[in-house]
Amino acid sequence: MSATAVHSLWTMAGGVTSAAPVEKFKAPVIEYTQLAPVLIVIGVAVVGVLVEAFVPRRARYYTQVFLTVVALAAAFAAVVGLAAGGYGTTKAHIAAMGAIAIDGPTLFLQGTILLTSMVAVFTFAERRLDPASHGKHVDSFAAQAASVPGSDSEKAAVKAGFTTTEVFPLVLFSVAGMLVFPAANDLLTLFVALEVFSLPLYLLCAVARRKRLMSQEAAVKYFLLGAFSSAFLLFGIALLYGYAGSVSYAAIANVVDGSVTQIDPALADTMGNDALLLIGGAMVLTGLLFKVGAVPFHMWTPDVYQGAPTPVTGFMAAATKVAAFGALLRLLYVVLPGLAWDWRPVMWAVAIITMLGGAIVAITQTDIKRLLAYSSIAHAGFILAGVIATTPDGISSVLFYLGAYSFVTVGAFAVVTLVRDAGGEATHLSKWAGLGRRSPLVAAVFAVFLLAFAGIPLTSGFSGKFAVFKAAADGGAGGLVVVGVISSAIAAFFYIRVIVLMFFSEPKADGPTVAVPSPLTMTTIAVGVAVTLVLGLAPQYFLDLASQAGVFVR
Amino acid sequence: MENLIALLVAAPLLGAAVLLCGGRRLDRAGHWLGTLLAAVSFVIGVVLFLDMLGKGAEDRTLHQKLFSWIPVEGFQADVAFQLDQLSMTFVLLITGVGTLIHIYSIGYMEHDERRRRFFGYLNLFLAAMLILVIADNYLLLYVGWEGVGLASYLLIGFWQHKPSAATAAKKAFLVNRVGDMGLSIAIMLMFTTFGTFAFGPVLEATGETSEGKLTAIGLMLLLAACGKSAQVPLQSWLGDAMEGPTPVSALIHAATMVTAGVYLIVRSGAIFNAAPDAQLVVVVVGAVTLLFGAIVGCAKDDIKKALAGSTMSQIGYMILAAGLGPIGYVFAIMHLVTHGFFKAGLFLGAGSVMHGMNDEVDMRKYGGLRKYMPVTFITFGLGYLAIIGFPGLSGFFSKDKIIEAAFAKGGTEGWILGSVALLGAAITAFYMTRVMLLTFFGEKRWQPDAEGHEPHPHESPKSMTIPMIILAFGSVFAGGFFSIGDRFLNWLEPVTGHSHGHAPVSATTVTAATMVVLVIGVAIAWTMYGRKPVPVVAPRGSLLTRAARRDLLQDDFNHVVLVRGGEHLTRSLVYVDHTLVDGVVNGTAASMGGLSGRLRKLQNGYARTYAVSMFGGTAVLIAATLLMRAV
Repeated sequence: MSATAVHSLWTMAGGVTSAAPVEKFKAPVIEYTQLAPVLIVIGVAVVGVLVEAFVPRRARYYTQVFLTVVALAAAFAAVVGLAAGGYGTTKAHIAAMGAIAIDGPTLFLQGTILLTSMVAVFTFAERRLDPASHGKHVDSFAAQAASVPGSDSEKAAVKAGFTTTEVFPLVLFSVAGMLVFPAANDLLTLFVALEVFSLPLYLLCAVARRKRLMSQEAAVKYFLLGAFSSAFLLFGIALLYGYAGSVSYAAIANVVDGSVTQIDPALADTMGNDALLLIGGAMVLTGLLFKVGAVPFHMWTPDVYQGAPTPVTGFMAAATKVAAFGALLRLLYVVLPGLAWDWRPVMWAVAIITMLGGAIVAITQTDIKRLLAYSSIAHAGFILAGVIATTPDGISSVLFYLGAYSFVTVGAFAVVTLVRDAGGEATHLSKWAGLGRRSPLVAAVFAVFLLAFAGIPLTSGFSGKFAVFKAAADGGAGGLVVVGVISSAIAAFFYIRVIVLMFFSEPKADGPTVAVPSPLTMTTIAVGVAVTLVLGLAPQYFLDLASQAGVFVR
Repeated sequence: MENLIALLVAAPLLGAAVLLCGGRRLDRAGHWLGTLLAAVSFVIGVVLFLDMLGKGAEDRTLHQKLFSWIPVEGFQADVAFQLDQLSMTFVLLITGVGTLIHIYSIGYMEHDERRRRFFGYLNLFLAAMLILVIADNYLLLYVGWEGVGLASYLLIGFWQHKPSAATAAKKAFLVNRVGDMGLSIAIMLMFTTFGTFAFGPVLEATGETSEGKLTAIGLMLLLAACGKSAQVPLQSWLGDAMEGPTPVSALIHAATMVTAGVYLIVRSGAIFNAAPDAQLVVVVVGAVTLLFGAIVGCAKDDIKKALAGSTMSQIGYMILAAGLGPIGYVFAIMHLVTHGFFKAGLFLGAGSVMHGMNDEVDMRKYGGLRKYMPVTFITFGLGYLAIIGFPGLSGFFSKDKIIEAAFAKGGTEGWILGSVALLGAAITAFYMTRVMLLTFFGEKRWQPDAEGHEPHPHESPKSMTIPMIILAFGSVFAGGFFSIGDRFLNWLEPVTGHSHGHAPVSATTVTAATMVVLVIGVAIAWTMYGRKPVPVVAPRGSLLTRAARRDLLQDDFNHVVLVRGGEHLTRSLVYVDHTLVDGVVNGTAASMGGLSGRLRKLQNGYARTYAVSMFGGTAVLIAATLLMRAV
């Protein structure tokens, strides 16, 4: 663009400004009650930071756990209140000056995120699994995150009985970001939310008490790759702005489907240029697919899932996936429906390689956490099949699947925290041999989760998988369903293999023991099992709920 | 009145439940309870019968719906009963003869430790058999059908400590499975054809259905009937079933259960009427079996197996009559009822003889028993006269009608069937005379057994002889009572329909011919077994005799064709499974494993590699999206 052109743009813009009457400054309208879930969580997170500063060390743990649980419960109550007030259906609208959409999917996903976070937080607060160190109960987190692993300062911190109670405010910040992520109604809010929930997660990954080097390695990888993906996302946002002259979902959608043709003179060269739209859209998709762990953006998953403290892994695997899929759904259904013909084939391919890739590579895994990581990749593929359906059923089936899957995941990782030997959690599969003989109850519970992952009837996994596959088939993606079923068959192999290993192998002499947890972890596991069975045996109410909630506001 | 129908079933069902679950403390009263409940069922049957007689022929059919069994959209099955004249006939036969045999069993099973269980099974049988005949749809009929199969299995194998009994029970069960498969396929075909399996709608809709489908349903029903009624080619189990206690042979394997096939065909008359091809197969099966059973009956020295051959043959008559269509339905059922009386009586007589002879079954070791057990002799003798068709007795009326009906079929078919039926009558006269002569006449041929116990033949206790006497009355008078004034015909006609056909020969001629063959049969038996002493050890005999002793090689045939063939088929299937199927499966698994091993190498732990993967992925994503637009 030549200098004169730039000049003329400037002058024109200035001319317009000067010609128009000066607008009075209008205070933004913020619907605080409708944002209450997010505000409660963020507010308590801030309080949590203050607690770290002012409350004596002894009382911090109890204060933080109490605050966190209360915050999540209150936020959930707020979500239920909003849903009961009709904000999920008839009163759904765009709030906060266009930044946040309050509608069915938002409330459904926020509710799911809050509930899974709550049960996940119970495992954060678990202090009975590790033997007491120097007379103090310890949890899964490092005594002092800042000290170098193996250094004297770490030993001193351990000896002093420090604990990293900062994890609780971090979780709340992360949850707050996740609550905004699927509700974001413009690209900038989307990006901010992404960063708000990602940064605390990077930190949380790094603070494992045991195997800290691995934990830190995982955090660094996650951070680097997360930053890389954020860059794609941000660049995509820029391109989309260039295309539409706005970052608002509705405005972009209007330009995409051609209902707004008026060109913003400042963007005369780029507006309406489909190349920008396609490239920008693809890059934003990249950012979101990274978060859901779709192939080929999945490679961080196994390393991070394995290295992060197991409670964090459970939280991350469940809640992040819910938030990210929510954002993905909104992007595809609200911003880019006019482009369905362009993105569908690409997403087909992504879904297929995600399902197959996750399932196939999982076969040869020997670590239970990595196995579950690959399993989560395969599940991301299954959910993508529902996303691609592009029908109302597609939305509601994905919502249902996310609800079902997140509880199974939190529960499964909670069980992983129980199986321990001298080095902490015994995550190598060979150590799980014969677990069913030694601890039949724990093995049986884990078997229930595995069967749910495998999608065996009478578990929530079956209801969810059936719903997304049905939606995909009805939406004209029959081929995806075929691949999905084949992948499920492959996946069933490694799930069942673990069951066989637990129940039909001789226990090893030096095998791990199963720690008896406090009621906290027990609650997590019990809730996981209960939800798994209820959604498997009587899913109809929740399917109806999901289908009521499955309408996006524009 | 409708509400009484369920009680028919409920009484014996309650008995079965109490006796089988009640445990030892019922040992002393169990048989009385079982007998009482059978009698209760009979009394209810009689009440319903009297009520039915009081109504006009048009509204005699009663319905009772108990509950909705499988209420699914497009698939409705009810537990509902229908009591019409045909069902009523069976109800009276089953509960009447059943009660008598319960009474008989009190004496017969006196020394058996597991008598309570025996009565529990007998009650179970009654309940199942009643469900079979009063069901108002094929699905519920199937429940009864399987129920009697189960009871039959349990009772044949009642003395399971004897390997022969255990094997016989298993054999009966397995052979019956083949037939049951036919029934279930028939029911499925009905559902796909008519959308229901209630008798009413199915049988009314036969007019609008293609003959091919009806033929298929008919043939499958016939297969079922062959299994349950021991008709060729599924006849092989009946002879072995005689391993069960004799009351069981009398009730289940002579009077009631084995006639279920006849009931099924007569009940499904509308289907067969509209499918002449299936009907033709029915008469062929009937004709073949009536000769087959009769020939086997001639050669057996075991009194119960001889009677079993006879049962097979007599049911052959009934199936033949049922296959004749409306000409024969009524007579099939009439013969069924009279046969129920005299064959049950004959079996009970045989049981009485065995009771007095230390459970010896070889007729060559009997002889001259008429002096030792006069009541048994007289009742057995009356049954004998009835079955060979001695003028005036039950069998005379009912069998004669079937032979007439066979001729009345018309054409060459009629002549062939009529001749077969006549020939069967001659053979019947022969083998029954043989049984009579070997058992009750001639010299005594029994000897001390290995331990030196010599049997002391004696008359059986009252509990055994009274049922025999009552059945003997039935054997003598039932046929005449039914036939005089066409009582039975008028009774059943509203349900089964009737036509006279066009007999090429007059009824008198047929009766005369029957008398002639009867005399010939008796005469031959007399010359062979009455005039000269009977050897205790069976002579070698002709080729046919030897084959007949081996049940006309049915087991050999089954072994060579089905067992060996099945083994070969299984082996080849196993081979295919091992090489081809497992090869593909294992190959797939191995290749998946290999692929997995290779793919996981991509996960090398370096963040840079992961970043490249993401970068490449994004590049491809963008390129593909643009390409999609370009295309």
